[in-house]
Amino acid sequence: MQAKGRVFKYGDNVDTDVIIPARYLNSSDPAELATHCMEDIDKEFVNKVSKGDIIVADKNFGCGSSREHAPIAIKAAGVSCVIAETFARIFYRNAINIGLPIIECPQASKGIENGDEVEVDFDSGIIYNRTKGTEFKGQAFPEFMQKIIKAEGLVNYINGQNA
Amino acid sequence: MGMTMTQKILAAHAGLDHVEAGQLIEAELDLVLGNDITSPVAIHEMEKMTVDTVFHKDKIALVMDHFIPNKDIKSAEHCKCVREFACRHQITNYFDVGEMGIEHALLPEKGLTVAGDVIIGADSHTCTYGALGAFSTGVGSTDMAAGMATGKAWFKVPSAIKFNIIGKPKKWVSGKDVILHIIGMIGVDGALYKSMEFVGEGIKNLTMDDRFTIANMAIEAGGKNGIFPVDDLAVAYMQEHSSRSYQIYEADPDAVYDEEYTIDLSTLEPTVAFPHLPENTKTVSEIKEDVAVDQAVIGSCTNGRIEDLRIAAAILKGRKVKKGIRCIVIPATQSIYLQAMEEGLLKIFIEAGAVVSTPTCGPCLGGYMGILAAGERCISTTNRNFVGRMGHVDSEVYLSSPAVAAASAVTGKISVPEELGL
Repeated sequence: MQAKGRVFKYGDNVDTDVIIPARYLNSSDPAELATHCMEDIDKEFVNKVSKGDIIVADKNFGCGSSREHAPIAIKAAGVSCVIAETFARIFYRNAINIGLPIIECPQASKGIENGDEVEVDFDSGIIYNRTKGTEFKGQAFPEFMQKIIKAEGLVNYINGQNA
Repeated sequence: MGMTMTQKILAAHAGLDHVEAGQLIEAELDLVLGNDITSPVAIHEMEKMTVDTVFHKDKIALVMDHFIPNKDIKSAEHCKCVREFACRHQITNYFDVGEMGIEHALLPEKGLTVAGDVIIGADSHTCTYGALGAFSTGVGSTDMAAGMATGKAWFKVPSAIKFNIIGKPKKWVSGKDVILHIIGMIGVDGALYKSMEFVGEGIKNLTMDDRFTIANMAIEAGGKNGIFPVDDLAVAYMQEHSSRSYQIYEADPDAVYDEEYTIDLSTLEPTVAFPHLPENTKTVSEIKEDVAVDQAVIGSCTNGRIEDLRIAAAILKGRKVKKGIRCIVIPATQSIYLQAMEEGLLKIFIEAGAVVSTPTCGPCLGGYMGILAAGERCISTTNRNFVGRMGHVDSEVYLSSPAVAAASAVTGKISVPEELGL
């Protein structure tokens, strides 16, 4: 499983209110949520993002609310992966549970800039910055989480257990 | 190696004698919570599962509180979805208009959360119940769906930070000042993935409402949970509100903590978090230039309890909200609303020129009932001051205690009650 795309780079503490403002939470439709993704931090994001693009951020990405609408909006906007120095814990769980690949990698977070072309190999955890020719090793998921990711989310994982 | 209070609760619910930080476990759940925003997504996910019944109809709580009474057609559709699900599965603890309250004030009041429980809720402030000695943590909708279906959830056992609370708070200093002080000290990711365990002789000087406020905002430091030891006050609260049996866990004497801090309550002052992070704290005495406000909100799962309203009323009694300032008071539950009415607090608020709303999360997350325009400022007893949190992306939220919010409503700028001669 791989991701390849152009990077949208953000700083520390990107919170779930800027990822998907609560004024849009009267909808739970992924396509509709995607049209407002990152609206309060980057108004141009939805116009610029292409399928496969990658979000890279500094520490504590996804802090704040438990709204699963946040990773849902990011995934539905076409983002293939989020790389950050650290993630807020509820966002981390939610991303895994809905099958949005995320990787913690402080070095990559520091060594990747806005607009860089980046490739990610989820099996090895290798993050390759094609623009700069640099490579980073992201933190691999524990085995338990790998099972959920391989099942493409928690619902399928539970269905598999009950089958 | 000894276990923390949180680790002991998790071990017991995973059927293990011992757990260690970092260990992945599957724990039995005592309660699974959702609201009108997160539950529809969870219900949709549960419909994809091969299981079609909930694990226990008494151990699920569905609280309609964010956008209700329905603020628009889409919110109405969400509530309808949850209402039909609750009816179909005969969910005992379904709270709709007329019975509802803000979930984290409501559930302890209804006796649904007690010491020793493991609780997940699809709302980040689920950590509130740690005030009663429960392990409770916020999750997303898919975890909620899995919890409703299986009665279990996976956790990575957290390490912990110990906060040794000593001393007695000064007048007008409350739980909100304590937690804002701590978040200012350790930062919005200072407790990332960790438990915040509050201990020490100073805890006896914190009321239950103070403790609910402190545990409630553990998430604002990135914490997995916040938890208090169970003392006589907590036991009395549970006995008054709940018929459920509770289990008291205590940290081992040799429990290991990543960090330890001592918080002397007697040294704390009224504290405000400036935009746009809860860690941007200053004591009011450190504010050099007047910060004029357009709105004051007194309410939310953080500070909408009876004691919060009493404090606000003590300040607003016989005074007027400054002309041009909107002061919005939101009792957190129907029961608190009724009690405030019986104690004459609502009369004080209305005579002061404040409005009193039915319980709702409304303005806290920029939903409705007090949205800010561009350039406007609100002093608020809520829990987050992120960009655009209460409305326009160019508006500002300052977080404070009810005492500071009420005093500021009167003066029109961020103020302490002392400025009013109190």
